[in-house]
Amino acid sequence: MSLIEVTGLNHRYGEQAILEDINLSVDRGEVFALIGPTGAGKTTLLRIIDLLEVPSAGEIYFDGKCIPRSGKQRLAIRRRMSFIHQKPQVFNLSVYDNVACGLGWRGEEKNRIAGKVDHILEMVGLEDYKNRNARTLSGGEAQRVALARSLVLEPEVLLLDEPTANLDPVSTAKIEQLISYVARQRNTTMIMATHDMSQGQQLADRIGVLLDGRLVQTGNATDIFRSPQNEEVAHFVGMENIIEGVITANNEGIATVNISGNAIQAVSNYPMGKEVYACIRPEDITLAPIFHRSSARNSFQAEVTQVTYLGPLSRVEINCGFPLVVLVTKISAEELNLQVGREVYATFKATGVHIMGREISQ
Amino acid sequence: MEIWDGLTKAIELLISLDPEVMEIAGRSLRISGAACLLASLICLPLGSLIHFHQFRGKRALISTTQTLFAMPTVLVGLFVLVLFSRAGPLGEFGILFTPPVMVVGQILLISPLLLGFTISALSGVRREIVDTATSLGASGFQTVWLVLREARYAVLAAVIMGFARAISEVGCALMVGGNIKGATRVITTAISLEASKGELALAIALGIILLFLALIINIVLNRLQQR
Repeated sequence: MSLIEVTGLNHRYGEQAILEDINLSVDRGEVFALIGPTGAGKTTLLRIIDLLEVPSAGEIYFDGKCIPRSGKQRLAIRRRMSFIHQKPQVFNLSVYDNVACGLGWRGEEKNRIAGKVDHILEMVGLEDYKNRNARTLSGGEAQRVALARSLVLEPEVLLLDEPTANLDPVSTAKIEQLISYVARQRNTTMIMATHDMSQGQQLADRIGVLLDGRLVQTGNATDIFRSPQNEEVAHFVGMENIIEGVITANNEGIATVNISGNAIQAVSNYPMGKEVYACIRPEDITLAPIFHRSSARNSFQAEVTQVTYLGPLSRVEINCGFPLVVLVTKISAEELNLQVGREVYATFKATGVHIMGREISQ
Repeated sequence: MEIWDGLTKAIELLISLDPEVMEIAGRSLRISGAACLLASLICLPLGSLIHFHQFRGKRALISTTQTLFAMPTVLVGLFVLVLFSRAGPLGEFGILFTPPVMVVGQILLISPLLLGFTISALSGVRREIVDTATSLGASGFQTVWLVLREARYAVLAAVIMGFARAISEVGCALMVGGNIKGATRVITTAISLEASKGELALAIALGIILLFLALIINIVLNRLQQR
């Protein structure tokens, strides 16, 4: 049964709609990532789930019980959760007192508090900082204090808002390790907001895409990244090649799509005549200097129109009757001598093409 | 020279811990200390209440409080005198010209200051701190307590300012206390009387004590602000 369920949730600040018709359910022990660009409403949704704000409309169920819009019960339920805010706010107290305060508020005994706090400080690697004022810590350390302060409460639900935003890669890795450790060891239910898709992919069991206040798609990482539901999601998850086309034939699930005069093969159940988008991830296309016969159904002669070096990868734009963006490693870009004007063969599988229905826009 | 003469005698009085000087200074500290403590007990919770609640007229209330920072001490004295005079609404207590009524007067005098500075001290604590405490499961009261602790240096500075204003005022203490020797005479009223009598030594000795207190208060405030 789901631990948290949100139904028909709407939220507005004055005239502006922040969240529209959110329906979401998260199971006990599940790690759910909310991904979306900045300003999509991720933080507001987390705040509402943590009962910091009352939604304009809609209900929240916790462990099967509908949460009232005011009253003492909200505090009792809030005490079963913990929320790690985007910018860690440490209190102007010692590291120890910061971590101990939540237990104190729950009326825990002094001796038990000391034991728990020491244990958790060791876990996040801050045992030597116990007596330091938390305000004197670096950003990464402060985030670990914030994490320790929440974890020591052994919450049933942990809400994380961009837990690694503004952190250096080393601190980010530490925090991510801690999060996945807690998720595995304690079976803590987590809802995590992030704009970092790889983080969502790495840590979450299930992902929800929040765009402009609407939960556009939920599913596992493969669903979201391979089969985005619409153009917006496809753009957001880094599907750089989104090409308009029309299905001209469908032979038992293998569709032929006409893209400005070129025919490509894709896996789809849409019937002939359907207007579609063909989406191809740039890393799913391979480039070769000569034509190879392979199991891949789609192979086109193309001309390189632009090459951009992005560290270990190169982003190559080609034209094969329609434009495509391809990601190749820097080494293969050098081996292929990829330069503007060079002729190459671009190859991708029928299963590497995701077909989305194209709605006629209003 | 008269001043020089007075100054040497004053230092003699201080060094010999003259009983009259010590009695007057002790009374000043007790009365203003009590006033400051009681005013803090009223104003810190009241200030928190005002800060954490949204209501109509909140802005106006805060502006009024700030205006009253500069309330003339004699005006407070007049108000308390009328209130506690034999025919006044609180006359039956019969505490006019006793230390308790001086405490009441000083509480009224410094309350706006304490209230205003408490509110601004709490406003200095970021909204996110309050949210963080709430998410960590603090009840309303626990949140207020945490925020007061976060603002502790600014709040303590407010309390010290209140004490400084109480101990250095003369108008109210004179009007409602009556400057009765051995009963309601405090540093400021004694200085005023002794100076008008031409007894400079005692006035200067008490003045030095008052300045010394001001110095201590200033040092403590500076220390707090550097934290």
